Amino acid sequence: MGRLRSLLIPGVDKQLLVRDAAKLMPDLARRRFIAGGASFGALTLLTGCDVSDSFSAEEMLKQVSKFNDGVQALIFNPNALAPTFPESAITKPFPFNGYYDLEDAPEIDGKDWKFEVRGLVDNKKSWTLEELYKLPQVKQVTRHICVEGWSAIGSWTGTPLRDFLKIVGADTRAKYCWFQCADSEGYNSPLDMATALHPQTQMTFKFADEILPRAYGYPMKIRVPTKLGFKNPKYVISMEVTNDYKGGYWEDQGYNSFSGS
Amino acid sequence: MSSLAASNEREVATPAKVIQPAWVRTVHWINAVAMILMIMSGWQIYNASPLFDFKFSSAITLGGWLGGALLWHFAAMWLLMVNGLVYLTLGIATGRFRKKLLPITPEGVISDAKAALTGRLSHDDLTRYNYVQKLLYAGIIVVGIVIVLSGLSIWKPVQLQWLTALFGGYDVARYVHFFCMAAIVAFLIVHVALALLVPKSLRAMIIGR
Repeated sequence: MGRLRSLLIPGVDKQLLVRDAAKLMPDLARRRFIAGGASFGALTLLTGCDVSDSFSAEEMLKQVSKFNDGVQALIFNPNALAPTFPESAITKPFPFNGYYDLEDAPEIDGKDWKFEVRGLVDNKKSWTLEELYKLPQVKQVTRHICVEGWSAIGSWTGTPLRDFLKIVGADTRAKYCWFQCADSEGYNSPLDMATALHPQTQMTFKFADEILPRAYGYPMKIRVPTKLGFKNPKYVISMEVTNDYKGGYWEDQGYNSFSGS
Repeated sequence: MSSLAASNEREVATPAKVIQPAWVRTVHWINAVAMILMIMSGWQIYNASPLFDFKFSSAITLGGWLGGALLWHFAAMWLLMVNGLVYLTLGIATGRFRKKLLPITPEGVISDAKAALTGRLSHDDLTRYNYVQKLLYAGIIVVGIVIVLSGLSIWKPVQLQWLTALFGGYDVARYVHFFCMAAIVAFLIVHVALALLVPKSLRAMIIGR
């Protein structure tokens, strides 16, 4: 458990994190991940790596994942659009997906909700839903691809994030837009600026032409068709434009941070 | 290199001649490690969203959970791809593919398959592949290329959307990727079984002769 403790992130409630991990991985898979490194000691022996410390396998994998972030940023084409589909291709019913059950999803009163904008922006004001609804919106029918492998086609309508970044006077030379969400565990996720400025990256207010239902992230989700699903935060409450890598809910647990598609 | 010179003198059947040159042995064993890592982590990834009505036992998967398996898969992929490119480049440049794997004739495959099934296939000269070997080795190279391309099309369905479209879309590419894995596992079982049945072929892949 000593190793596990050193994996924890400062500022994160340890009990919450452990409870969450246990819920997600009932077979103590997280520990097995580390143990998996040890059982592959024989393999690392072939490459001459230190096998007595199984943690080194995990460290090596983290380094490769960072390398893969860089490779993906390099091959990311800011002008390449995600394929779009006719409305007839929309998956029905579109799956609800989260690390919680639907009944545990945040229940947000749109009248009280505010979208807080922080960090490297000229205008740090918070936005009401009414104000956001007045911004020009576009619709996209694109494929949502989950890190688990399944995919589903959906219809999302909202304001291109790059338009909003312009309105708030964001420093688009900053590295990330870091989003925070309203769910109980405090979901958050960093989005690299190049992707934030992609024409299809959207502050989404509608699904299938209807106000975004609770299941899909009411009142606002960030739709990023060039990223895996977990990089599309729902129930978003704030955005910070920053040069600091602040980590993310899944990113901190080992999912590749760039996770571009 | 002496190994290349030796393969040119294949008519002279001296017992000391090199059967598997050093570069073949090196890429073979690196590929073995990379393939096993890719397959075992791939099974764990499959379990997160199975295509069929079964899952792989956690006893034979790598990574412990989806996130760990993805880390292994996207690390071992570099080993597999770089090593595979070295293999293809040298295989073509040295003429090994042409010499060892071609030509493949249907008659040859049928007659050698019959000979194999009736136990009359000769293993005296390990520098020459019979037609069944030629077909399987050429076939598994093609499968290896397809599994990498289908994997890339699943990994980057937006940036490499032309490739994903070539496979018939994202969902079809997942099935292609899976069936290529199944073909490689089937090949692996036969390949290892035959190597154990003809131990001098295993020795040749370790010490070269």
